[in-house]
Amino acid sequence: MNYNWNWGIFWQPSPNGTGNYLDMLLSGLVLTIETALLAWIIALVIGTIVGVMRTLPSKTASAIGFCYVEFFRNIPLLVQLFLWFFVLPELLPRTAGLWLKQMPNAPFWTASIGVGLFMSVRVAEQLRAGIGSLPRGQKMAATALGLTTTQAYRYVLLPIAFRVILPPLTSEFLSTIKNTSVAITIGLIELTGQARAMQEFSFQVFEAFTAATVLYLLVNIVVVIGMRLLERQVAIPGYISGK
Amino acid sequence: MFSNFDFDVIRRSLGYLFLDGMTFTLTLTALSAVGGLVLGTLLALMRLSGFKLLGRIAGLYVDLMRSLPLVLVIFWFYFLVPYIGQWLTGASRPIKVGAFASSLITFIMFEAAYFSEIMRAGIQSISKGQPAAAYALGLTYRQTMSYVVLPQAFRNMLPVLLTQTIVLFQDTSLVYVLSIPDFLGAASKVAQRDGRLVEMYLFAAVVYFAISSIASYGVRRLQARISIVR
Repeated sequence: MNYNWNWGIFWQPSPNGTGNYLDMLLSGLVLTIETALLAWIIALVIGTIVGVMRTLPSKTASAIGFCYVEFFRNIPLLVQLFLWFFVLPELLPRTAGLWLKQMPNAPFWTASIGVGLFMSVRVAEQLRAGIGSLPRGQKMAATALGLTTTQAYRYVLLPIAFRVILPPLTSEFLSTIKNTSVAITIGLIELTGQARAMQEFSFQVFEAFTAATVLYLLVNIVVVIGMRLLERQVAIPGYISGK
Repeated sequence: MFSNFDFDVIRRSLGYLFLDGMTFTLTLTALSAVGGLVLGTLLALMRLSGFKLLGRIAGLYVDLMRSLPLVLVIFWFYFLVPYIGQWLTGASRPIKVGAFASSLITFIMFEAAYFSEIMRAGIQSISKGQPAAAYALGLTYRQTMSYVVLPQAFRNMLPVLLTQTIVLFQDTSLVYVLSIPDFLGAASKVAQRDGRLVEMYLFAAVVYFAISSIASYGVRRLQARISIVR
């Protein structure tokens, strides 16, 4: 392979004037993490609401939940981001659309909300499966104790369901982090974007992508370890995962 | 809201969108699914085989692919494939690889990791008695796998494999980052040429939604039918 390897490239100043290439990649990493965290909060909150709706006895609630899931699951994430970024401002009334277009950091907010909504469907489906996997007696017992439906969910069903689905939620969180890279298409210069920019400036393709790969792997490891500790903290005694 | 819409731009570009764009997308999806399935099955067999080293290598590959964002993997292969081609053919400079070949290789390599995990779960869901009985009948490892275990595993895993293929169909839109005219790329080119982003992106969303919903409805029906048999 006649390719000029140059691992020293990371310590050379980058053309955008702020430090070296490594700083560039690290600032991309920070943006990736920020976007992913905001998206994950959105995904958890909305995913919980939709997931619960799909398990409620009310036919209307579960139908709304079903439509929501179908909508966000059957359109590619990239197209969804385009819808939020390019299409939404045009469909809103003029002033609102203008405000959206002129918002500072628009790619960041669009990406966080877009990826968050996209992932909320995955969270909702996991949660629905989790609630569905609980023994029927749990809800009956809660009702027999005189709890309302809200209280049953709040104090009995959700606390168990969330602990049961913690492992799949870990992979959804990892997907959220990875999916932020799609926002490169709407101009968010996160980790993949910075690696691409570094490649364009320095022509050191493989060093740039290797560095990005290593950073993604590190983030993965940190998340997996963190979630494993959390899993151990909240393990339910009596379950296989518990003590 | 729709008063200043120009729906004619969609009608005018239908030929380009579907004959060029959608054909690219569907061909890429179908070939990647087949290639990914073959490579994925091999990876799954490597991980389940008795050879520790083979299993370790396959495991590392799968973990690596699954921890990277698809966009980064697309970039990796886009730049890497010409060099690999040069190395394989012994050419003096990196060989030119077309957009289609480059994205096909990317998706086969990427999806193989996901397919292999589905296959592994499928193979592990077969009860131990099945291969034991096959060995008792005097079948070799190869025969046991290809006549007894894999057919059942494929059947069990068919709905999940098809669902993953729908995901793959949606993911092919990411070749947009290489400005390849797949369905979304074609829509985007028309959108930017004619300044009709709203119409084209809405139309693209509707088409992706329709195809994916119909496909996933089909998978659900298939799943219901299979589960009755079992």
